[in-house]
Amino acid sequence: MRTIFDHPQRDGGDGLFPELDVPAAGLDRLIDRALLRSDRPRIPNLSEPTVARHYTALSKLNYGVDDGLYPLGSCTMKHNPKVNEDLSRLPGLANVHPLADPGLVQGTLAFLYELSELLGRIAGLPAVCLQPAAGAHGELTGMFLFRRYFEERGEEDRRRILLPDSAHGTNPASAAVAGFDVTEIASNDAGMVDLDALDAELDETVAGIMLTVPNTLGIFEEGILEVAARVHAAGGLCYFDGANLNAFLGRARPGDMGADVFHYNLHKTLSTPHGGGGPGAGPVAVSEPLIDFLPVPRIDREGSTYSLDWNHPRSIGSVHSFYGNVLVGVRAYAYLLQLGDEGLRAVSEDAVLNANYLQERLKRTYPLPYDRLCKHEFVLSGKGLADGISTLDIAKRLIDYGFHPPTIYFPLIVREALMIEPTETEGKEGLDRFAEAMERIAFEAREHPELLHEAPHRAPVRRLDQTRAARDPVLTYPFDERAEGRGA
Amino acid sequence: MRYLPHSAADRRAMLASIGLSTVDGLFADIPQAVAESFRPLGLSPRSEQEIVAEVTRLSARNTAIGKVCFVGGGIYDHYIPSLVHHVLSRSEFYTAYTPYQPELSQGTLTAMFEFQTLVCELTGMDVANASLYDGGTALAEAALMAERVRSRGKIAVARSLFSNVRRVLDTYCWAGGIEIVELPYRPSGECDLSDLPADVSAVVLQSPNAFGVIEPLDGVKDRIGDALLIVSVHPISLGVLAPPGDFGADVVVGEGQPLGLPMSFGGPLLGLFATRGEYLRQMPGRVSGRTVDADGNVGYTMAAQTREQHIRRERATSNVCTNSALCALAATVYLATVGADGLRRVAELNAGKAHYLADRIAAIDGFERIFSGPFFNEFVVRVPGEADDLHRRLLDAGYLVDSPGSLRPYGLEDALRIAVTEKRTREDLDRFAEALGGSR
Repeated sequence: MRTIFDHPQRDGGDGLFPELDVPAAGLDRLIDRALLRSDRPRIPNLSEPTVARHYTALSKLNYGVDDGLYPLGSCTMKHNPKVNEDLSRLPGLANVHPLADPGLVQGTLAFLYELSELLGRIAGLPAVCLQPAAGAHGELTGMFLFRRYFEERGEEDRRRILLPDSAHGTNPASAAVAGFDVTEIASNDAGMVDLDALDAELDETVAGIMLTVPNTLGIFEEGILEVAARVHAAGGLCYFDGANLNAFLGRARPGDMGADVFHYNLHKTLSTPHGGGGPGAGPVAVSEPLIDFLPVPRIDREGSTYSLDWNHPRSIGSVHSFYGNVLVGVRAYAYLLQLGDEGLRAVSEDAVLNANYLQERLKRTYPLPYDRLCKHEFVLSGKGLADGISTLDIAKRLIDYGFHPPTIYFPLIVREALMIEPTETEGKEGLDRFAEAMERIAFEAREHPELLHEAPHRAPVRRLDQTRAARDPVLTYPFDERAEGRGA
Repeated sequence: MRYLPHSAADRRAMLASIGLSTVDGLFADIPQAVAESFRPLGLSPRSEQEIVAEVTRLSARNTAIGKVCFVGGGIYDHYIPSLVHHVLSRSEFYTAYTPYQPELSQGTLTAMFEFQTLVCELTGMDVANASLYDGGTALAEAALMAERVRSRGKIAVARSLFSNVRRVLDTYCWAGGIEIVELPYRPSGECDLSDLPADVSAVVLQSPNAFGVIEPLDGVKDRIGDALLIVSVHPISLGVLAPPGDFGADVVVGEGQPLGLPMSFGGPLLGLFATRGEYLRQMPGRVSGRTVDADGNVGYTMAAQTREQHIRRERATSNVCTNSALCALAATVYLATVGADGLRRVAELNAGKAHYLADRIAAIDGFERIFSGPFFNEFVVRVPGEADDLHRRLLDAGYLVDSPGSLRPYGLEDALRIAVTEKRTREDLDRFAEALGGSR
């Protein structure tokens, strides 16, 4: 793979910026020479066509949602309305300085306020903070809120967070960063929280529970009200991870299930393309007892005037440099307005229909450890398909059939897991083609295992050596090697 | 709904294949009490055309657009080369996700590898991650990392950090049980290290700092014992300023917005994070690494993943998952487009124009620069009379300027912070100085 450092260079620096139009002394007269750079950073000077072709070539090595089915479980890789991209780039929204006087940014403050209101109603909770920049950041914010809540109540011994063993990895990490200890709760045979295991842990050291709804097996916790009631009765709080909100949009509200904090992944559910790993947005909604602790500033409205409100002395402070990922919020706002209630309900209906349709068909070929109605995703196992075949082999072979593989080896409670989330924007034909590919791979696993072991055959690269990348990390361009190569 | 491909016949057939007659059957597992308490938003669907009109109308209410921007404070009105937008608009980049399947993500992974290299070149460090959310969380993550390394429960922080960044740091440190000792500033605006406690895990400086003053980093490392030196930077300044790595910094963080990102009312942003090789295993965030494929050809994959939450769970170095990948791509394309020479040039334009304006303002009766230390593209002046009045008059005259309150956390009254980028023409600067002078 050619990098930007491998192209022939030109003499650079011209054409982008005008000449200095004010009288000025040389830089070393303005700034003490000792503070100035003596070397030159090795940033190549390239022509515009060289750079344009380089990144166009790189883009062609990528697979995105516009290329086809992208069934990464728990990531909700749906098609996002193209118009939202245009709206997020409107100069009136994109070119606004965050420290501009609030009176001059009423348009942005208005939609942020309205978006918070809509999100609050989706969650069925009374207040929302838009600052968190990603789902995991929302989790962390929620854990900070838990900390402050118990600090204010003088219950600082509540330092344990309970987590089902099916939880996303970010949940335990977020709890730990916020200063909590993590206790794992086993799932029962149905893939849900084991109430006896929960009771055994509930005591005065428990701050609360983090639950993903529906959980990472794609299963709705049927006992969710009971779980929340028991945690609350024990003096704890409930955090619901909303990564999987796509499964119940327009049908149910976390606030009605007992949530004290709920985070949205706006980029998953409410239509921001994932950008190769961000930016996303992970706003949180909270229950009444936590409102005072929400980050500052908050957006207030008086009549038709919007302002930033800093005066919340019990707030945890800020979790973002400014107000969160505003331009991700634009897309979510536009999406909600465009879809309306009818559209939101249609989203979850087709998302769940698609998942169940695929689950029903694929369980004839692949083990389905939790065989029941699923929500927006389901988890198969690659184990036992054929001797010596791993889930990794299946995933890589899917690439040869033109599909992005599902999430693999997660959740941890399913061995050789394949976590499949087709999303609502996939048509029946696409689902059928994906199912056919999975069935052919199962056949190949028995008859031609080498096709799987050696996959992918039709990708820009063959299977990559991850062990080497971990053992002997090369994380920056090896300029010295190139120099030596030239000298040889 | 036009984003959904199924026909009614498809839906019926699919429902039948799973043995259901109605869509409601798909949601039978939601407890009845929950389903019954559901309340809709009360929104009717609207067309694409109507939504465009609605959001465009909202954007027109942002009257900050069209004012000449002299606000900085961590976010700057820099010029973005056209090519950046064109590359970012390729949907192969923007509709992909975290490169969990490297064979289908070589574009993203190669660009991440380039980004890491460019950040190291700018900062003078050994390794960089593929981005964090913003400059504030990047600094907070640096403090948490230093505490993992030194475990002293305390860090020393220059008072001259941007107050918004400091607020994020405070929140993370409170939760992490890390005490913050504040280091005052000298009349020059530089950080005063003379009363530095001996038992801190890290010393945190910002350069240029909240007053625009460039911190003299030479010799700092010797004065702070084995505490980690964390420096927060403005990346464009590093086109001309010596990188913190030259002075032994252990972690360099910063807000990457100046590198090709619009101001976006403060988000999305780009957290820069670079450190020394010895701390790689403690570094937060994703990294791309070079490896080979089964045929021995060079390729890229996520590396050093044993630090991360999806492997290490509660023992991970950070909870970060989704970060600012597309913003990092913007910064990568920006730097590739301007090159080392263009970066130097844009940095010189910033410094030259800022110094010109500072001189013009200092020549106006009643105005003076408050701090004597060297600066890059931002500086603070004392203004005669009420800063609030001046602020209002400048707004009315068509200038976007910092709110007077933004310097109160530093004990500064009647002060105005002014940022100048390459986008300000001489005419802008002269007129602005005249507006200041005329307002006495």
